[in-house]
Amino acid sequence: MSHKVVIPIGPYHPLQEEPEFFRLYTEGEKVVDIDIVIGYMHRGIEKLSESKHYDQTPYLVERICGICSNAHPFAYVNAMEDLAKIEVPERALYIRTIIAELERLHSHLLWLGLAGHFIGYNTVWMWSWKYREPVLDILEAITGNRQNYGMMKVGGVRRDIKEEDIPGVRKMNDDLIPVLNMFKGAVMDDPVIQARTKGVGILSKEEAVNYSVVGPTARASGLAMDVRRDDPYGVYDRVEWDVVVRKEGDIFAKLVVRVLEMYESIKIINQCLEKMPKGPIDLDLKDIPAGEGIGRVEAPRGECFHYVRSDGTNSPIRHKIRAPSYMNVPSNKVAAVGQTISDAAITLAAVDPCYCCTERTIVIDRQTERKLFNGWDLVELSRKKTEEIKGQKSG
Amino acid sequence: MKDLFYYLIFPGFLFTGALGIFASWFDRKITARVQWRKGPPLLQPLYDLIKLLGKELILPANSSLWTFLVFPIVGLAASALASSIIWLAFLFPEKGFVGDVFVVIYLMGLPAISLIVASFASANPLASQGASREIKLLLSYELPFILAALVVLIKAQSIKLGGLIFYQAVNGLGIGSFSGAIAFIVALLCSQAKLGLVPFDMAEAETEIMAGAYIEFSGPLLAVFRLTKFMMLVAAPLFLVGLFLGNVAAGPGAFLLLILKYLAVVLLTVLIRNTNPRLRIDQAMKFFWGPVTLLAAVAVTLALFGK
Repeated sequence: MSHKVVIPIGPYHPLQEEPEFFRLYTEGEKVVDIDIVIGYMHRGIEKLSESKHYDQTPYLVERICGICSNAHPFAYVNAMEDLAKIEVPERALYIRTIIAELERLHSHLLWLGLAGHFIGYNTVWMWSWKYREPVLDILEAITGNRQNYGMMKVGGVRRDIKEEDIPGVRKMNDDLIPVLNMFKGAVMDDPVIQARTKGVGILSKEEAVNYSVVGPTARASGLAMDVRRDDPYGVYDRVEWDVVVRKEGDIFAKLVVRVLEMYESIKIINQCLEKMPKGPIDLDLKDIPAGEGIGRVEAPRGECFHYVRSDGTNSPIRHKIRAPSYMNVPSNKVAAVGQTISDAAITLAAVDPCYCCTERTIVIDRQTERKLFNGWDLVELSRKKTEEIKGQKSG
Repeated sequence: MKDLFYYLIFPGFLFTGALGIFASWFDRKITARVQWRKGPPLLQPLYDLIKLLGKELILPANSSLWTFLVFPIVGLAASALASSIIWLAFLFPEKGFVGDVFVVIYLMGLPAISLIVASFASANPLASQGASREIKLLLSYELPFILAALVVLIKAQSIKLGGLIFYQAVNGLGIGSFSGAIAFIVALLCSQAKLGLVPFDMAEAETEIMAGAYIEFSGPLLAVFRLTKFMMLVAAPLFLVGLFLGNVAAGPGAFLLLILKYLAVVLLTVLIRNTNPRLRIDQAMKFFWGPVTLLAAVAVTLALFGK
């Protein structure tokens, strides 16, 4: 006799603060089946894109996801450049690569923290996110934003990396290596973490192929695939780095892959900073011809794919996007079933399902260097705005 | 009349509650500092309690109402009673009654049992998941906990808390011997589980089953559970102090020393909680029934041989 109890995770995830619904069918502690419901976040971006002109679309696709807010525009501009058959200035390619790798760094640190939180290790969570801050600060220094960098543009990038910013990036890189060593020691060698993650949520190589998983999820299952190496874009073919692959397919392997990938990212950024040539950063592109193009980018979570078709007018007639989590999340159907509830929770999180969250504003008086708005001032400000809107509505 | 004062005011309900609120702040502050955060102000746990008391109490439609309402209070009463018995043993070791050690051990088991019953009564699948985990946990840590206590009882040849404290005053601390040290480690791990702290917080496991056993409790009832936790955060470490680090709390200096010892044990607990991930329930059971019980048995054997 079996008595199945449904344990719901969602429709609003208690931790990831993102609408997705996992229905776990359990017998005691064991998960015997799982329903995965996604699609709560459908915002019609592809359709919206058809009503924007080509220069507005990077801004739009940047908002697909806060964490991958560089990968999507990057893939889009790759598609556009494939379509228009143009050569992008060398310096722009280097800048794009640097931003992409900085994004990978902060995204992997974010995941590491969340994974810690999922298994109840809040110290790892807090530490990981603390050390993520310098990366975000550098991104803010270079691009003006912690997320949604607004760097990508068809034919180049919008902002140059200034000479005076480069030492800061180098310092951040150098400071991050001891931190990664610390995490490698504290997280990867911790016997209790190993007990919680080794042999848990295994996705075999065969199933990984069947479910077409991408990115670190695939690489942890023994599939040596990485768009950066297989179909180089940016300047990935001009720098030395390795694809990190693990065979085990369990959560520990995914953890190891992500931690080791951060070392590779640092290597890539350092080489880019060294080799970056001087020159223009933008090709003043006027017209987009009719045709179609594809762009692939290795986002932190895996391959991000954009397809654009143009009929020679000002906006695409079709823009197709495939984000990595769309491929990775369904693989939980095999990885999470047969686990206990505790393991299923971390297994569901191990593919690093994507979500957006960050928002931060500091207003500083330049004369006194004092912060002007604290939390309460912002609340006041937003209330004032609400009153204004209300006034317009009634008046 | 005097007993009522002991139970309700000092060192029982009121005093233990206040100390528990302080201990909870201590826990949160240390945790925050370990995690590079600032931490809450001193009275934050109290504010939390007051706020919860003012919130609406939502009664689940399918719950077994009386069980749902009464058992949280049973747990609270038991933890307060356990704490006052332990405190009285420190203050007046010559008083007390024969076998109060066992009474305290049973009383400290009651909050867990009341949580189990109350959460089963709430008729929520997540709550029953949490409750069944709590049952498994209770079954696994009680045996080594009692064995660890037994080590000291054998050494002191007494089953009175006051007797244990007198014995330690004469013969040195319970933790001082080899078997005592082992038993202390065992008892510390068990009290970690008793308090429901990481790595043994699977009954609430907010990131898996969303507060599990507590999920249906709101407002004043949740405040009762919170207060029970605060009191247990006094009772359990204090019991360890009584078993292994005891001193008679006569005079302000000795009382202060006692509080310091107590805070040291809480600090150990907090550090364990901040340097470990949550175990799976089957791993926790294996851990307690395997190495921990074995260790406790070794300690008992050593104690019997006088080591």
